[in-house]
Amino acid sequence: MFDDLRDLYQEVIFDHNRNPRNFRIIENADRKVEGFNPLCGDRLTLYLQMDGDVIADASFQGSGCAISTASVSLMTEVVKGKTGQEAEALFKKFHEMTTGKDENFNLEAIGKLAVLAGVREYPARVKCATLAWHTLDAALKNEQQAISTE
Amino acid sequence: MTVFDVQKIRQDFPILKEKIRGKDLVYLDNAATCQKPQAVIDSIVHLYSHDYANVHRGVHTLSVRSTDKFEGARTKVKDFINAASEKEIIFVKGATDAINLVAQTYGKANVKPGDEIIITAMEHHSNIVPWQMLCEQTGAVLKVAPINLQGELIFEEFEKLINDKTKLVSVVHMSNALGTINPVKKIIAVAHEKGIPVLLDGAQAIPHMPVDVQDLDCDFYVFSAHKLYAPTGVGVLYGKQALLEAMPPYQGGGDMIRKVTFEETEYNVLPYKFEAGTPNIADVVGLGAAIDYLNAIGMDKIAAYEAELLVYATEKAQQIKGLRIIGEAGHKGAILSFVLDKIHPHDIGTMLDSLGIAIRAGHHCAMPVMDFFQVPATARASFAMYNTKEEIDVLMKGIESLIEVFG
Repeated sequence: MFDDLRDLYQEVIFDHNRNPRNFRIIENADRKVEGFNPLCGDRLTLYLQMDGDVIADASFQGSGCAISTASVSLMTEVVKGKTGQEAEALFKKFHEMTTGKDENFNLEAIGKLAVLAGVREYPARVKCATLAWHTLDAALKNEQQAISTE
Repeated sequence: MTVFDVQKIRQDFPILKEKIRGKDLVYLDNAATCQKPQAVIDSIVHLYSHDYANVHRGVHTLSVRSTDKFEGARTKVKDFINAASEKEIIFVKGATDAINLVAQTYGKANVKPGDEIIITAMEHHSNIVPWQMLCEQTGAVLKVAPINLQGELIFEEFEKLINDKTKLVSVVHMSNALGTINPVKKIIAVAHEKGIPVLLDGAQAIPHMPVDVQDLDCDFYVFSAHKLYAPTGVGVLYGKQALLEAMPPYQGGGDMIRKVTFEETEYNVLPYKFEAGTPNIADVVGLGAAIDYLNAIGMDKIAAYEAELLVYATEKAQQIKGLRIIGEAGHKGAILSFVLDKIHPHDIGTMLDSLGIAIRAGHHCAMPVMDFFQVPATARASFAMYNTKEEIDVLMKGIESLIEVFG
């Protein structure tokens, strides 16, 4: 019935929505930033544990749509063990992919985050996918203020 | 029209033939804005093709024709809501503009530090923020009458808020997020006992029921044309003549003046005192055409048909496991706001869109209502006179399928 949506709602997204990874609080986290998408009401709190410049642990709490939940869940998985700089570079790539500006974007280069490429076709949903990354960006820059997609 | 013939009505709305993602359009976002009948579209094309010029200015033929049509629309609005005079019908940009007008003219002239303005907990942001701004400017206090879990105003609590400091009561006639129809006559009676004027935000109510401002005895009534099958960019402020006469003007400019020198300006009479600048002529004419169209059908017939739709939709929705209706007032208009267990409204919106079904997902410009029901957002199907039970079946089937897909 929802054949047209197969690119957007891949099984991996449903899976992460049902069972979000790293869905927990890190007590005494080095970084804790809230992300909010006022348009949808998506709200998340991102926790980072840093080991020098390396993200030793990442987790989140909050509620949102399947796209935003899957996006933050996947993000916490992939940034673990990366340096802040590497994570920022990944954010840049992710942003390029989701906004769809580069037609020749190499999906293989972005690994499992490629399952979120489908939002390119749904401009109203791009912010759902990028909220997690904007929040991570704020956390890495050590901005204490809650961030908003608006 | 003697019988309500929905199929005949549907023929009048060209957009309803549109295919969305290859499917028949099921348009259920009418609380956000309604689609337009051919008669309204034609009225605008006709005006620009044959009768258009600026109003109230020229002696030339087109200006006279344009003015006649524009002022003719004012008379139609007056009759539609049974105002006492055309002087009480002010054309503005929309309901939001009308509320801001009242806040910044009546409010600024009459509200002092420590005074109070009462609204309810189910207001749209457009009936919250203008009063917050006024309170900030004047030192007045905004009081909010609470609602219960069905989404109804708790009348006794509202009554308790009224006191000698209350300067204005501003309440929604029908809630856009919940569908609740407020007991406005009772509200007005209680407020008038203390001599307090009442503004009704009729943005949602106006397309769904007959409105008689004299029978209601409201002091102000505001609505947007685009929710009444008419164009965007036009709204109406109704005000009792004595109140409007006493209010200072809103914006300054052409049309709202009688005489200007560099020393002083004499303001124009009602309604022009509040209509500075060239108005939205064509869309006002479109509003007149929409009113003609609705009168030919009959607002009472529309109300009866939509009540049937709502009962049908509510019964069907209640059969879906995991669906929770937000807003279960005893007296409700044709709005079905709901949430699904573990499925975010935005996912519902995207999935239904792929089936050609347009609903609204979000906070509906009523964030305090979302907070009250402890939901981040809701999905909302809002019905109009051109919707059918078959469309409701398509919606419910869609909801059941997406629940299945989400697992």
